[in-house]
Amino acid sequence: MRRFTDLFAAIDRTTKTNEKIAAIVDYLAGGDDRSNLYAVALLIGNRPKRPVTTGELKAWAAEMAGIPDWLFEESYHIVGDLAEAIALVLPPDPLSGSDYQLSDIIDELSLLPRKNDEQKKEIITGYWRHLDKDERFILTKLITGNFRIGVSRQLVIKALSNHLGMDEAAVAHRLMGKWIPAMETMASLFSESASGIRDFQPYPFYLAYQLDAPAETLGNIGDWYIEKKLDGIRGQIIVRNNQLFVWSRGEDLLTDKFPEFTRLSQSLPDGTVIDGEIIPWQGGRPLSFQVMQTRIGRKNLSQKSLREAPLVMVCYDLLEWKGEDIRDMPMRYRRNLLETLFSSPTFAHDVLLLSKIMPFNNWAEVAVFRQHARDFHCEGVMLKRRDSAYGNGRRRGNWWKWKTDPLTADGVLIYAQSGHGRRANLYTDYTFAVWDETGTLVPFAKAYSGLTDKEIVELDSWIKRNTTERFGPVRSVTPYHVFEIAFEGIQQSSRHKSGVALRFPRILRWRRDKTPESANTKADLLQLIAAVNG
Amino acid sequence: MGVFLFKKTMLKFTERGIYCPIADVYIDPWEPVEKAIVTHGHSDHARWGMERYLCHPHTAPILRLRLGADVTIQVLDYGERLTINGVHISLHPAGHIIGSAQVRVEYKGEVWVVSGDYKLTDDGLSVPYEPVRCHHFVTESTFGLPVYQFPDPRVVFQDINTWWKHNASEGVNSVLLGYALGKSQTILKHLDTTIGSVFLHGAVANVNGALNEIGYEFPGERITTDTDRKAIVGAIIVAPPSALGSPWLKKLTPYRIALCSGWMQLRGARRRRGVDRGFVLSDHCDWRQLNDAIAATGAHTIYVTHGYEGPFARWLREEKGLQAKEVHLQGSETGEEDL
Repeated sequence: MRRFTDLFAAIDRTTKTNEKIAAIVDYLAGGDDRSNLYAVALLIGNRPKRPVTTGELKAWAAEMAGIPDWLFEESYHIVGDLAEAIALVLPPDPLSGSDYQLSDIIDELSLLPRKNDEQKKEIITGYWRHLDKDERFILTKLITGNFRIGVSRQLVIKALSNHLGMDEAAVAHRLMGKWIPAMETMASLFSESASGIRDFQPYPFYLAYQLDAPAETLGNIGDWYIEKKLDGIRGQIIVRNNQLFVWSRGEDLLTDKFPEFTRLSQSLPDGTVIDGEIIPWQGGRPLSFQVMQTRIGRKNLSQKSLREAPLVMVCYDLLEWKGEDIRDMPMRYRRNLLETLFSSPTFAHDVLLLSKIMPFNNWAEVAVFRQHARDFHCEGVMLKRRDSAYGNGRRRGNWWKWKTDPLTADGVLIYAQSGHGRRANLYTDYTFAVWDETGTLVPFAKAYSGLTDKEIVELDSWIKRNTTERFGPVRSVTPYHVFEIAFEGIQQSSRHKSGVALRFPRILRWRRDKTPESANTKADLLQLIAAVNG
Repeated sequence: MGVFLFKKTMLKFTERGIYCPIADVYIDPWEPVEKAIVTHGHSDHARWGMERYLCHPHTAPILRLRLGADVTIQVLDYGERLTINGVHISLHPAGHIIGSAQVRVEYKGEVWVVSGDYKLTDDGLSVPYEPVRCHHFVTESTFGLPVYQFPDPRVVFQDINTWWKHNASEGVNSVLLGYALGKSQTILKHLDTTIGSVFLHGAVANVNGALNEIGYEFPGERITTDTDRKAIVGAIIVAPPSALGSPWLKKLTPYRIALCSGWMQLRGARRRRGVDRGFVLSDHCDWRQLNDAIAATGAHTIYVTHGYEGPFARWLREEKGLQAKEVHLQGSETGEEDL
């Protein structure tokens, strides 16, 4: 545990990518097979399920620190990270200096769900008692789940590639999916043989950047495939050895959540991997993203939710064909095979749709389409070079997304709350309001991003001086500052005071030129909903 | 900003500062008044424009440096007593920075202590904090939450020197950021100067110069436009936090940079600044010190200012059975100026 904690400290304390990679390489060079395997799993976010609730952790920590629950909550708000708050409130001096094996701890944590509450408490508080502050933090981070430690996956891949002397793309591929460290060795995970790829293992997703230059700079439009950019969940459908796996881009295995796809294990040939957008679909068009979210959020799928949110995959790429990895072939070739697959008589046309290639004569036409993308139930276009290989991670050049401009509204800042992580102790989470018919400001958007660090500091200081009321971590402020809020979608909602729900709201700019009176109204937003959703 | 007026008490919290009507003096006022007792030289406590200042002798050169050579200052040593209209006033070591004092005010047997900023750990430089028994105690709460339990400063000084040594071995400069008055001198005092040479930002050198007048000596050479850039290799450079992100730093490339502050206890606070290291080094009390200090005064009424007033006062009321009141003084938001 100590070596891993030191590794964490080394990574955490530098902002330079090369130093982070060097720290990981050092760790791997000095570690045994088992500790390396577990460390890699943790670094890429592959960890045991959370064995206890955050409520239990908070209660045990407060008890051990000798503070009341409300004081723990106050502290947690300031820190912004539960594991860190726990590590900091516990009595600073640990009982023993003995070291624990990282792998043993992880294995014990994965067995925790089978223990009763008393045993769980004893095991976890026992670790707290014996580990030092930094180790406690790591341990608790492991338990709470969101263990992000300032290294991107790409960075871990680089370090592993260096350590193993193996190609980065190959390393990336071997790391995909939820493999279990206790059931692997470094060799089983990274061995060069083709059998190293397991049936469940998805390919790394190829991601596009937003087009940031005029489309004309992309050259001849004939060199590009142009497709609608849909607002669903990016996913991979895998059929190998008569087994089906459905992965999301976030590397969640969602096979069980999508019973629509179950029979694909029979109707798709073995050794097929399709990349596409999983999206609720009815009457020849996508349903709103809200429908999808509601369905994903359900623990148990009822017949009702299957009926209200029937899913399809709009397929746009073929990555594996007859068991062969064809990612390096030009897209033209992959697309051809994909269309061939679709022409098969046994094909499941009700749940797999082909992403249409849209015929445009010139970039100006594309620009017009993009501008009106919402009218066509999409959020813009995807531009993919016809001769492009299927890359790995987010890359510039061969694939671009070109999203339509966001919708916007001017809102008045009315509440602020301190942020988390990097922004803890600064007021960075804002609530904005519009005017309703009675002349009252009603909240319509919460946004956390869009301001520069400098603006955040300036606004933070203003908020502290212009607080009218505090309730817990939230402050009401004098309605004074106006912000232009951008969002991708807008819908009626009975759950929000303003009667609207926004998709991806964020701050576009601080409108210092505007007074609160000139902000938008609820009526404006309702009009917008009518216009957008036709 | 909420201002609390406690009727018929010896000290009142007014819009100008903490006020003693019987003696007609203010403590750390932020608007011009006639008589001001100043607990220490930090700019949020020692403001400009008072007709007369009363402070510890070691605070005097700092006031002259910051407020002008012509300010009228009367000094009072620790433990020395000054009586105005029956009110006995004395200063006691606060351990915050050089010259920092708690103000003890006594009238007809009732004792109030305004602690100003203070800490219980010994920085090896300022006269260590001494608890003063009182009935009413005014305390800051900059780090008044249990997540602020600071490491032993001796360990932190070791860490700083190890960091410097490591950087120097790679031919890289080490830039240490700490408030120019107080933190910088504490750092300088504990540097292992056998590792390499020490350079100073002008703001730090200015304070050192003022403290020099009263006999303090600190290592380090001021960086000026004449300083030979090539001579700064593997050196440590002490600068105020405002130097972060400034063009002044470019001259010191290649360097690693660290911030010394109690706020560095939280990862988020460090990451937000984009420094390579955060050393948890504070001239304020941490959670345990605040609780120890309050217990040692024996006071029954505690006025909590500057920081986490709300939660800390509630903790004192509900868990310690004390009468504790939040006092929101101007400029007392949990500020990062307390670096």
